[in-house]
This record gives sequence, structure tokens and C-alpha cells, in this order.
Amino acid sequence: MSGRGSRITDEEINELVSKLQSLLPESRRRNTGRVSASKLLKETCSYIKSLHREVDDLSDRLSGLMVTMDSNSPQAEIIRSLLRS
Amino acid sequence: MDSENSACGNPNPNPTLGPSKLMLAFRFLRALSLVHRTTPASSRTCRGRRIERAAYASMAYSAGTGRGWSRAVLRRLHHRARRRAVAPRRLSTTAGNRAEALRQLVPGGAGMDYCTLLEETADYIKCLSMQVELMQGIVDSSSSYGP
Repeated sequence: MSGRGSRITDEEINELVSKLQSLLPESRRRNTGRVSASKLLKETCSYIKSLHREVDDLSDRLSGLMVTMDSNSPQAEIIRSLLRS
Repeated sequence: MDSENSACGNPNPNPTLGPSKLMLAFRFLRALSLVHRTTPASSRTCRGRRIERAAYASMAYSAGTGRGWSRAVLRRLHHRARRRAVAPRRLSTTAGNRAEALRQLVPGGAGMDYCTLLEETADYIKCLSMQVELMQGIVDSSSSYGP
């Protein structure tokens, strides 16, 4: 019913897969030409898992810092640095 | 379900990250202030979990409802208050369940066709890494204000 079936070409899939490859950080990317789609998807999964872990870890650190931080200055600093970038 | 804008080959409607990065920051910081005000200092773990939920909520709200993954995140967050049951996974028949591991990592991935899954994954990764960057920036600047 929602299937696009045979309208999805291999080329379109390859395009999307290489777009994913370009989103991986340098250390995870194989710049030596094309890698297999399944290897790339594995690397993507591993990258997403590491991002999830980072969110988890940073949440814990923010929690620890929260008792000591003044609620105004970090916000102002972040906003200033974002406006600069 | 994903009929509106997820056709293969459609260009990314949001090429620049500038304004959405700022929106993300405001949302998340506002959520952080709320957590700060309403969680007692003694429950660090509880606060950590609330911050984590605030992170995913900010991400999803900033991405909007035009993305399958953000809708799935918001559904999950809203259902959390009411029940602990895991939402039933709808297996995709059109794609033949390719990339099973990826489907479990991308919110809403189980019900997507393969093409949509790849597009959603790309957007999800971009938003996740923006969120991580933001949180790291807050930690870094907060550390410099430390005692």
C-alpha cells in the first residue's frame, strides 16, 4: 500500500548510502573509494550507538554540574558563542 | 504515513543549520532551567535521566513533525507518562526488513520502508550530533565557571 516498490532504483539507494557515509566522522569513514552498503550501515549503527552514549554521558555530567552552576552565565555564554559561530 | 516529503531524491529542505541550531539551544536551555528548578539536588541520577529526556525532546521538537523519527520520539515521550509498555513494532513488508539493526536505533525505524529509513537516518544523525555538540558546549562553558 505505501510501497514504492520497483520505483526505487539501486542508484537512488546508493546515493542515500553515500550521503550517510559523508555524515560519518573522519575517523569512521573509509576514504578509499566505495565500501559495501552493509559495511557502511554497520558503521552507521555503531556511530548512532556512540552518539546515544554521548547524550547519556553528557546528561549525567550536566546533572552533576547543575548543582554548582549559576543558571544565568552558562546560558549567556552559550548563546553568545552560538551567535558568533 | 510518510507521503509528504520523503520521496527519494528530494533535496534537504533545511540546508543551513544556523537558525535551527539556535532554536535547539534555546529549547534545551529552557528545559535545563526547568529541570534545575524542579529536581532536588540529592537525586543526581533522576536529574540526569530528566536531562536526557529533555535532550531528545528538544531535538524532536526542533526537527518538527515532518520527520518520522521526531514523531516517534515525541510519541514515546508522551506515552512514557501513561504506561511503560513498549509500542508494538510494525515490520516493514515492502523493504523485506533490510537493515534490522538500524531500524532498532532510529526512532520509528521499524515501520519505514528502506528508502525512507536511509533518509531518516541521515537527518537523525545530523540532529543527534548537533545535540551532542550543544551539550558538550554547555558542559565546557559551565566547567569554566566552576568553583
